[in-house]
Amino acid sequence: MVAPMTVQSPLIRTAAPHSHHPVSLEPSKIVVRDVSVFYGAKQALDSVSIDIPGKAVTAFIGPSGCGKSTFLRCINRMNDTIPGCRVEGAVEIDGEDVNDKAIDPVVLRAKVGMVFQKPNPFPKSIFENVAYGPRIHGISSSKSELEGIVEASLKKAGLWAEVSDRLGAPGTSLSGGQQQRLVIARAIAVNPEIILMDEPCSALDPIATARIEELIDDLRQQFCIVIVTHSMAQAARVSQRTAFFHMGRLIESGSTEEIFTNPRESRTQDYITGRIG
Amino acid sequence: MTEIAAARLKKRHAAEGRFRLYGRMAIIVALSFLVLLLGRIGIQGYSTFTTNTVSLPVYLDPARIDPADLEGSNFDYVVALSLLKRMGETEDEFGSASDDAMALVSRDLGFQILDKVKADATLIGKTVTITGPVKADADLYYKGELKRSTDEADRKLNDRQLDWLDRLKKSGAVTSGFNVAFFTNADSTEPEQAGILGAVIGSAMMLLVTALIAVPMGVMAAVWLEEFAPKNRWTDLIEVNINNLAAVPSIVYGLLGLAVFINWFGAPRGAAVTGGMVLALMALPTVIIATRSALKAVPPSIREAAWGVGASRTQTVFHHVLPQAMPGVMTGAILSLAHALGETAPLLMIGMIAFNPGLPEGFTSSASVLPVQVFIWENASERAFHERTAAAIVVLLVFMIAMNAAAVILRRRFERRW
Ligand SMILES: Nc1ncnc2c1ncn2[C@@H]1O[C@H](COP(=O)(O)OP(=O)(O)OP(=O)(O)O)[C@@H](O)[C@H]1O
Ligand SMILES: [Mg+2]
Repeated sequence: MVAPMTVQSPLIRTAAPHSHHPVSLEPSKIVVRDVSVFYGAKQALDSVSIDIPGKAVTAFIGPSGCGKSTFLRCINRMNDTIPGCRVEGAVEIDGEDVNDKAIDPVVLRAKVGMVFQKPNPFPKSIFENVAYGPRIHGISSSKSELEGIVEASLKKAGLWAEVSDRLGAPGTSLSGGQQQRLVIARAIAVNPEIILMDEPCSALDPIATARIEELIDDLRQQFCIVIVTHSMAQAARVSQRTAFFHMGRLIESGSTEEIFTNPRESRTQDYITGRIG
Repeated sequence: MTEIAAARLKKRHAAEGRFRLYGRMAIIVALSFLVLLLGRIGIQGYSTFTTNTVSLPVYLDPARIDPADLEGSNFDYVVALSLLKRMGETEDEFGSASDDAMALVSRDLGFQILDKVKADATLIGKTVTITGPVKADADLYYKGELKRSTDEADRKLNDRQLDWLDRLKKSGAVTSGFNVAFFTNADSTEPEQAGILGAVIGSAMMLLVTALIAVPMGVMAAVWLEEFAPKNRWTDLIEVNINNLAAVPSIVYGLLGLAVFINWFGAPRGAAVTGGMVLALMALPTVIIATRSALKAVPPSIREAAWGVGASRTQTVFHHVLPQAMPGVMTGAILSLAHALGETAPLLMIGMIAFNPGLPEGFTSSASVLPVQVFIWENASERAFHERTAAAIVVLLVFMIAMNAAAVILRRRFERRW
């Protein structure tokens, strides 16, 4: 067990502690301590520690290959599915270690939804895409309740108006942006507390991206959102907190405003201004 | 400079032209062989699909039929005498006239009379008209395959018999028609009565056994290897061996079946269930390989999507991956079954070569199958059986084409792209 964030356990090991920034009193939703990840012999992450608040958007930025996706996958134990991948350290959600033997990854992943870089709806109808999660987790007891969940989820994902008249159509028949919102609706449908998004807009055009960003801003009221992005502008627009990764290490994290206007590390400064990346 | 470039370009075009020519030539050669093969089989088989039947009024001579011992009476002789009478001939003292007559019409007519008389004994002393096939040699004569121009000593029928056949034909007693008996009879010692139905049913039963064993087992094995098994030396070893098994000659599976299923487990010899088990072993590696490649072709993003919403590994596989892979699985399974259908050698090993004059009684009783039936007929001494071979091959090919068509249709159905 790791004690809730106190002054003596520094937020970021690799960076100088924020002495001037008051520590938030609200306990963090996700507490990560000394997480290292190995793919076989290759180390992808080197003792990352970070606190991620609930009901806010945290953005992970950093050059390609720095380990952002790897870190994201630690939170819902998606790394379990990669052969040869080994995770060390502690990832706690609400004080519970996700790597604990008692935690079923299946239950964990219902609590921690995930949205991938490329929209990946199931090759089934729009309705089935959203209904699948509630169905396997036994969330709804009747057909009408299930229909209610599907409708509510699609509404939250801002897709309802566009698809309400063709729920039976294949999910893959939607446009890329609609598919990505469908996938978000699918994640929302199982009542997650956290939603992980790995470059959710990188395959979308600017208009679809703007819609997703709006959506993320809405969802922040209800969910803890962690988003990986390559777009500085996007990180600045949607996130309240930002963490900068470089070569498997967490270089610095803090409020988005601070990171973008007044980073403490020169490497962060270099990345944001486009000198490394 | 430009000249060199032009020359090089010309050379490149020439090389491309040559390559295309080779390709076309290869296709033409392959196609002509196929046409030749199918044409030959078709022409040969076609003559079996028609046959000549004769209608004869037969006088049921009370002097020759013993109502107390119907089974012991020689009805073939009764038929022969009626035929002789119709030809205006009489029996000679050596009985050679009736022998000649008996060699022209099928024994089926005699059996028909036996059945009739058994049912109604009052028929004795009356004249009944019986319709049945002519003997296979007579049939060959009518079809022009046995020629009068051949030296009499070298053909099965003598001049007198050929005269009789001509006269029968002229009188309208003999008619040519579709060979129904070929499709409704099992094998027989009489070529004109030998049919394919027994082998068709035997093959269908055997394939059912093969499918019931090989498909679920193969699919499950493939799913485990592809989706669940850890990737280590043991699974590598298993994978290599499965690929090797697919290349093992089929006769080895026959030996295995003989040694293990029959001699050890005491499985019935020459039965559909035993043949089905042997062919299932043979088809298993192919089903596994086909299923694995179908599973591999399912994009990993589908698995991630399912895991991402909290589906377990099993749920992911059975709700998303396997349905997506179904067209490939089905095609692989059906094609390996079609392959099993044509397999002969391993079945000979487990005693499926027995002569089966009746339809198979069940999965554990002796049965014939199509390819072995072809083999048996082709090896028969009587020429009339050889004609059946081509017809049996046609039936076998139709069976296979039907299975391949089923594979295509199933593929289309499951492939309804989302
Ligand atoms: N399945 C894997 N097997 C082996 N190595 C991997 C695997 N996935 C990632 N890596 C390695 O781990 C490191 C971090 O990868 P990761 O995908 O987390 O980077 P990223 O920050 O998400 O990059 P990008 O911005 O390009 O998506 C990289 O060096 C990568 O090569
Ligand atoms: Mg990534």
